[in-house]
Amino acid sequence: MNAMRFDNGFRRGETLSFSADGVTVRAHRGETVAAALMAAGMLGLRRSPRDGAARGAFCFMGVCQECAVHIEGALKRACQVPASQGLVVELRGAV
Amino acid sequence: MAAAAHQSADLIVIGAGPAGAAAALAASHAGMEVVLLDEAAAPGGQVYRARPAGLSLAPEASGPDDRAGDALRAAVAASSVTWRASALVWSISGAFRVDAVTPSGHESFTAPRLIAATGAHERVVPFPGWTLPGVIGLAAATILLKSQGMVPGRRTVVAGCGPLLAAVAAKIVAGGGTVAAVVDLAGPSDWLRALPKLASRPDLLKQGVGWALKLRQARVPVLFRQTALRAEGGEALERVVIGSVDAVGCPTGGAERVFEVDALAVGHGLVPGSEIPRLLRAAHRFDAAAGGWVPERDGFGRCSVAGLYAAGDGAGIAGAEPARLSGYLAGLAAAHDSRFVDAATVQREAATIQAEQARLRGFAGAVGRLMRARPAMVGAIAPDTVVCRCEDIRRAEIEAAIAAGAREVNQLKHFTRCGMGPCQGRFCGETAAELLARHVGSREAAGYWTGRPPLRPVPLADLLGTFDYSDIPVPEAAPL
Repeated sequence: MNAMRFDNGFRRGETLSFSADGVTVRAHRGETVAAALMAAGMLGLRRSPRDGAARGAFCFMGVCQECAVHIEGALKRACQVPASQGLVVELRGAV
Repeated sequence: MAAAAHQSADLIVIGAGPAGAAAALAASHAGMEVVLLDEAAAPGGQVYRARPAGLSLAPEASGPDDRAGDALRAAVAASSVTWRASALVWSISGAFRVDAVTPSGHESFTAPRLIAATGAHERVVPFPGWTLPGVIGLAAATILLKSQGMVPGRRTVVAGCGPLLAAVAAKIVAGGGTVAAVVDLAGPSDWLRALPKLASRPDLLKQGVGWALKLRQARVPVLFRQTALRAEGGEALERVVIGSVDAVGCPTGGAERVFEVDALAVGHGLVPGSEIPRLLRAAHRFDAAAGGWVPERDGFGRCSVAGLYAAGDGAGIAGAEPARLSGYLAGLAAAHDSRFVDAATVQREAATIQAEQARLRGFAGAVGRLMRARPAMVGAIAPDTVVCRCEDIRRAEIEAAIAAGAREVNQLKHFTRCGMGPCQGRFCGETAAELLARHVGSREAAGYWTGRPPLRPVPLADLLGTFDYSDIPVPEAAPL
């Protein structure tokens, strides 16, 4: 577990679960796939194209493209996709 | 072929943060038909980001930013502005046709006037290990905290410069997380020098003092004149090594401290996102105090290209309230230029706005100075450090390309692929340009990336929609 949910003043939506590389990930409605994965301790989202180094979400605002992984078969930025029940995420990028 | 939806208007505003929303509202109140586009699901930009559906804030926990954001969203909803959410603008052509990918498919909008208010993105000067999972931007940490109700890790180092350091650290503490250290490039003397100007906005100064007190209470170590020298770990961040820097941000080679942490939130200032004026070939100038290359504008935001206006942090870093004012002026100017408002009205309204802008300038300048680019930091980047994250290109390769004759950033891009990856040079651009400037004499000489569509990566499938081979019209063969 890395990112941690806090309670002060926040009311979260209902729990749901989706899968990332076959692993079940718990999340709340309203959370993005990137944030939910970080809270689940799954920081490595893909490998960099030349070095094959582990990469994870960096800017969380849709600009850096580091979190672009395959979601429901299409390449999407995980920080822009809301987690939803049964979503299928593959932790691999464009290359 | 599925016909793409198309809409005409008097004015298109791209970006619905404080500047874009103010511009759209001003123009709309003057009687213009305005289309307001943003990538996000609700107006507010980054600073007044709406909470996602499902997450709500208890009333006692809401702060001034939440209230300002809610007021902005309510004003847009109550107006006759055509608000289009989740619209990813990928191309702008002519004067002006805006192409966007929206939830309902591929759409285009045309208007004779366009206001670009696309905000800023973070500057992070590379250091060894900055690409490790677990290392995120300062603004990124803010998004996790405010929009997702999460602290970045069990133990976080918060590093870089500017007021955002204290804001992020204080929010992590409030959220029950541990801040191992706040690591500030600035020294106490930099903050003291800034204090008189910061005091010109007592509401914001009070907010900042509040953050500092919270850190004091939680006994968070605040290290001045220090930087994150390197981040280390296997598949993810495990520790951060901190060391001293001098007044210009150059490591002094002194004693190092190691913090065992699973998160590093790091940011070295903000860079104006002037991609749209650049795409439309507006004239630009390099303004270090404004964060980098900005479009040349008059006092109302008019650019060198007729019908184009730029407002907010996208045209020069100044903060949320100055952005709102500059947006208002741009909307007013667009209304005047389209003959919806007369010159006397413009004079009258502008006078009040400009007086307010002058009042805010001191604070914005002081914060800008704290968050300024520090070229010496770029000079100190180790040769095998990745500079271009997207393409894994190291400083050594960039230096080799410069030695081989690359004299300007677009040449550098062609030689090395730096800037060709999915982020389109947004994260490596400042560093690459600074490395080049050291050899060619100045940032002006180094230039900026030539703007070309797409403005953001878009899947080809989203552009084609339901277009298929069977849609290609094949004329009847001529009789033999």
